[in-house]
Amino acid sequence: MTATSAAAAAYIVAALLFILSLAGLSRHETAKAGNTFGIAGMTIALAATIGLATRSLSAAGITLLAVAMIVGAVIGIWRARRVEMTGMPELIAMLHSFVGLAAVLVGWNGYLSVEARGGAQTEIAHSLLGIHSAEVVIGVFIGAVTFTGSIVAFLKLSGRIRSNPLMLPAHNVLNMAALVVFVVLTVLFVAQPNLLLLAGVTALALALGWHLVASIGGGDMPVVVSMLNSYSGWAAAASGFLLGNDLLIITGALVGSSGAYLSYIMCRAMNRSFLSVIAGGFGNEGGTAVDRDYGDHTEITAEDTAELLRDASSVVITPGYGMAVAQAQSAVAELTRKLTDRGVAVRFGIHPVAGRLPGHMNVLLAEAKVPYDIVLEMDEVNDDFDDTSVVLVIGANDTVNPAATEDPGSPIAGMPVLRVWEAENVIVFKRSMNTGYAGVQNPLFFRDNSRMLFGDARERVEDILRAL
Amino acid sequence: MRIGVPRETRARETRVAATPATVVQLVRLGYDVVVETGAGAASSFPDEAYTEAGARVCDGAQAWQSDVVLRVNPPTTEEIGLLRDGAMLVGLLSPALNPDLVDALARRPITALAMDAVPRISRAQSLDVLSSMANIAGYRAVIEAAHTFGRFFTGQVTAAGKVPPAKVLVAGAGVAGLAAIGAASSLGAIVRATDVRPEVAEQVRSMGGEYVAVPAGEQEVSSDGYAREMGEDFNRRAAVMYAEQAADVDIIITTALIPGKPAPRLLTEEMLASMRPGSVIVDMAAGQGGNVAGSVPDELVVTPHGVSIVGYTDLAGRLPAQASQLYGTNLVNLLKLLTPGKDGKVVLDFDDVVQRSMTVVRDGEKTWPPPPVAVSGAPPAAAGAVAPAAEVAPPKAAPPSRRYALVGLAAALLFLLTGFSPNELIQHVTVFALAVVVGFYVIGHVHHALHTPLMSVTNAISGIIVVGALLQIGRHDAVVTVLAFFAILVASINVFGGFAVTRRMLAMFSRGPAPKGAAR
Repeated sequence: MTATSAAAAAYIVAALLFILSLAGLSRHETAKAGNTFGIAGMTIALAATIGLATRSLSAAGITLLAVAMIVGAVIGIWRARRVEMTGMPELIAMLHSFVGLAAVLVGWNGYLSVEARGGAQTEIAHSLLGIHSAEVVIGVFIGAVTFTGSIVAFLKLSGRIRSNPLMLPAHNVLNMAALVVFVVLTVLFVAQPNLLLLAGVTALALALGWHLVASIGGGDMPVVVSMLNSYSGWAAAASGFLLGNDLLIITGALVGSSGAYLSYIMCRAMNRSFLSVIAGGFGNEGGTAVDRDYGDHTEITAEDTAELLRDASSVVITPGYGMAVAQAQSAVAELTRKLTDRGVAVRFGIHPVAGRLPGHMNVLLAEAKVPYDIVLEMDEVNDDFDDTSVVLVIGANDTVNPAATEDPGSPIAGMPVLRVWEAENVIVFKRSMNTGYAGVQNPLFFRDNSRMLFGDARERVEDILRAL
Repeated sequence: MRIGVPRETRARETRVAATPATVVQLVRLGYDVVVETGAGAASSFPDEAYTEAGARVCDGAQAWQSDVVLRVNPPTTEEIGLLRDGAMLVGLLSPALNPDLVDALARRPITALAMDAVPRISRAQSLDVLSSMANIAGYRAVIEAAHTFGRFFTGQVTAAGKVPPAKVLVAGAGVAGLAAIGAASSLGAIVRATDVRPEVAEQVRSMGGEYVAVPAGEQEVSSDGYAREMGEDFNRRAAVMYAEQAADVDIIITTALIPGKPAPRLLTEEMLASMRPGSVIVDMAAGQGGNVAGSVPDELVVTPHGVSIVGYTDLAGRLPAQASQLYGTNLVNLLKLLTPGKDGKVVLDFDDVVQRSMTVVRDGEKTWPPPPVAVSGAPPAAAGAVAPAAEVAPPKAAPPSRRYALVGLAAALLFLLTGFSPNELIQHVTVFALAVVVGFYVIGHVHHALHTPLMSVTNAISGIIVVGALLQIGRHDAVVTVLAFFAILVASINVFGGFAVTRRMLAMFSRGPAPKGAAR
C-alpha cells in the first residue's frame, strides 16, 4: 500500500461518510449522528491529504499550511458560536462565498501550475491539456459566480444594501449575453491558454454573479440561498474534475444536487418556476391586482384574544418572517408553554418559504425551546384547520392568503398556502393594513372569522401573556 | 341615553334582559342603565349586584320611560302604552307569529327591534338569540328527560348486573338538537339524530351522535340555514323511519320547527304505542303545536302505555342565570352594533342587513317583513367557490412526451460528451453522475424542519475543496503558494464553521414532553 493508494482509500471512506451524514439529517433522531459522520469523514479526508501533501513539503510549506488551517478554523468556530439564529441566512450566504472564492483560487492555481508553465510542466499529459484548460475555465467561472452572488446575498440579507430587485433594462438579455461570451472565451482559452483570457472569464463571472442576485428581491431569498448552495457544490465538483480528485467530485455533486433539490422545493412552494425566480422582479410586473372592496376588517384587543385562547381546545400558530423581525419567538414560545399547561393543544404550521432560508423558522422556534414535534409543515397541518379553534397568524401574509386558491386572477394564484381561514377564529398580528411582499391584498383580513391585532408582534404577544 | 330593564311580567318567566355582567358592558358603551327593582330576582341576581355593576335600581314606570327598553318577552298592550315617544324597544317579539303585536307597536311613534328576527349570517351570530336560547333549551331537554327517565343514561357493568346504555333519538339537528346530542352523549347514552338537511350529518357526528338519514329520495339543501316544509313523499318515508326508531329507542327529543309555521307532526299515536313503557319524549316544539301527538304545552303527560311526554315550553328559562347571561350578551352585542361611536347614542343604520332585518317598527312605521337576506353559509355558495379553485392549479408537470424528449436529449448529449473524451475523464464523469443521483435521493428524504442544518452541513462538506488547495501549497512558485494559502484559509472557515454551527443548531432541537391527550 503506497501513500497514494492509502489516500485514495481514505477518500472513498470519507465520501461514504458524507453520504451517511446527509442521510442522517433526514430525521431529528439521527441528525446529530449525521453531523458526527460528516465530521469524521472530513477528519479522515484532511488527515489523508495532509499526509500526502507533507511528504514533499519543506518546513516553511508545512508551517504555512498549518497557519492557514488554524486561522481558518479559529475564524470559523468564532463565527459559528457568535451568530444569532436570525442571522443564519447571512452566515450561510457568507460560507457559500468562501467555497466560491476557494474554487476560483484553486482554478487559478491549476492554470498557473500547468498551462502557464507551458512545456516545462509534467503533471498533465499533452493530449489531455485541452480538457484541463476547459476544466480550469469552467471551475473558475462557477466559483466566481458563486462568490459574488453569495456576497450580494449576504449584503442583502444583513440589510447592508437594499433588498429590492435591481432592474437593469434588458437584464435577461445581459445574462444570456454573459453566457454566450463565456462560451466564446472558453473556446479561445482551450485553443490558446493565456492569463488575459482567464482574467477576462473571472471578471465576467464576477459581474454575472453580482447581477444575478442583485436583480432578485428579498422575499425570493430562500430560493437564492439554496440556489447558491447548489452552485457552491458544482464549484467544488468542477475543482474535482480539474484536480482529478473523486472525493471532490462526489462531495460537490452531493452538495450541488442538495441545493438544487431545496431550490426546487422552494419554487414549488411559491408556485413559480426556477427560471422566473432567476429572471427576478416579482411584484414589480403588473402584480398590483385591481383594488377590490373586500369589506371591513374587525379589530380585537389582546385581552379578548387571551379570552379566546383560554377557551380554545386547539390552537395553531402560523409564523412568518415578521415574527423573526419583531423578535417575538421567545414570547411566542412562552405563550405556547402556558397554553399547553392549560391543556390547550398548540401546534405550529410552517410554510416552506416562511423565513429567509429553507427550514429557518424551525431553527428559530427550536432556539426559543419550542419542542420540534409540535412544529409541523404545511401539508401536515393543512387538513386540521377545520377543527382548530384559534389560528394565530404572526408576521405571515402571502403564505396564508386565500386568494391563492380562490382567485384565479391573483398574482399568487396557485401558490400552496396554509388554509388558516377554515379555522373557527383567525387572529392576525400585523403592524398595519399594508400588503405583503407580493404586493397582493389579502382577503383573509376581511373574513368574518378574522380579527386583526395591530401593533408590534412581540408587544402584543406579551400583552396576551399578561392577560392570561 | 338611558337604557331601562323592566321586570318580566309573563307567568313563569325567570329570565331578565340584563345581568350585572352585561350592565358593566352597557355602561362602558356610554349608557346610563336603570333596572326595575327585583328584575333579576328569578335569575338569582339581587338588586345590589346591579347597583355594584353601575346601574340604578328604580320602579317599573321609570324603567319603561327610558330611551331604550330591553326586554325578554313581548310587551302587553298596557306596557306599550308606558313607552315614551321616540323610545326603542328590544325583545323577543316573534313578529311573524304575532301580527297583532306588530300593529299595536306601530300605532305608537316608537322603534321596535325583534331579537328573534336576526338573519342567519355569520356576522350576526353574536346577536343570534335563537341560537343561544336553543342551545340552553337543548341541554335542558336532556336533563328533563334524564329526570323523568327511570334508568341510567350510561351503560355500566356492576356487581348487581349489567346495565345497557339508554338510546336517545334527537329529531332535528339545529342548534337545540346539536346541544341535546352533546349533552346526551356526555351522559353516556347512545345518541342518534335525524334531520331533513343531509348536510348536517357531519355536525351530528362531531357532537358524538350517529346520523340517521331519511331513506333516499329528493334531498333538501337549505339556502337560508333553516329547515323548510317538506314534500308529501318525503314525509311518508320519514314516517317509516320514525316508526322504526320509536320502537327501538328509550328517549326521543324532538326539535323540529319551521319558521313562521306550525311545527310538523313527527310522532303519531301508533308510534307512541310501539315505545317501551317508561320511555320519555321531550317535545321542544310543544309551544308551536307540537311534534308529538298528545303533547300539551307546559305539561308532563303520561300516555296509557306509560310513555311520558314532556311539553315544557320554558326549557331555556329553567336555567335562568345562564339564559339571562347569554341573552344579555346578545343584547350587548346588538348595542355595540347600534352604538358605532361608543358614546351612548343609538344610531339605527338601515343599510345594514342585520339591523334592517330586526327592525319591526321604525318611528311608528311598520317595517315588517324585511326584504329577504340570502345566506352564504350553505352549499350553493360553497360549490361556486370550489369550482374555480380546481381551475387555479393547472397541472404543472410537462406532458409525458416532452419529458421523454428532454431525458432523451440529455442522454444523447452525455453520450456524445463522454464518447469523445479520454478515459480518465470518463471515470470522473461516471462518479459524478452517480453522486448526483445519490444526492437527489438522499436529500429527498430530509425532513423540512432540518433544511437549515442541512444547508450548513453541506456548507461544511463543500469546504472539502480545501483538499485541492492543500495539494497545491508549497509547489512551484510563490504566487501559487499564496493563492493556495488563502484558499485553505477560507475553505477551513467553511469546514470548521459549518460543522460547529450545525452542532449548535441541532442541540437546540428538543422533543416536547410526551403529548397530553388531545395534542396530535
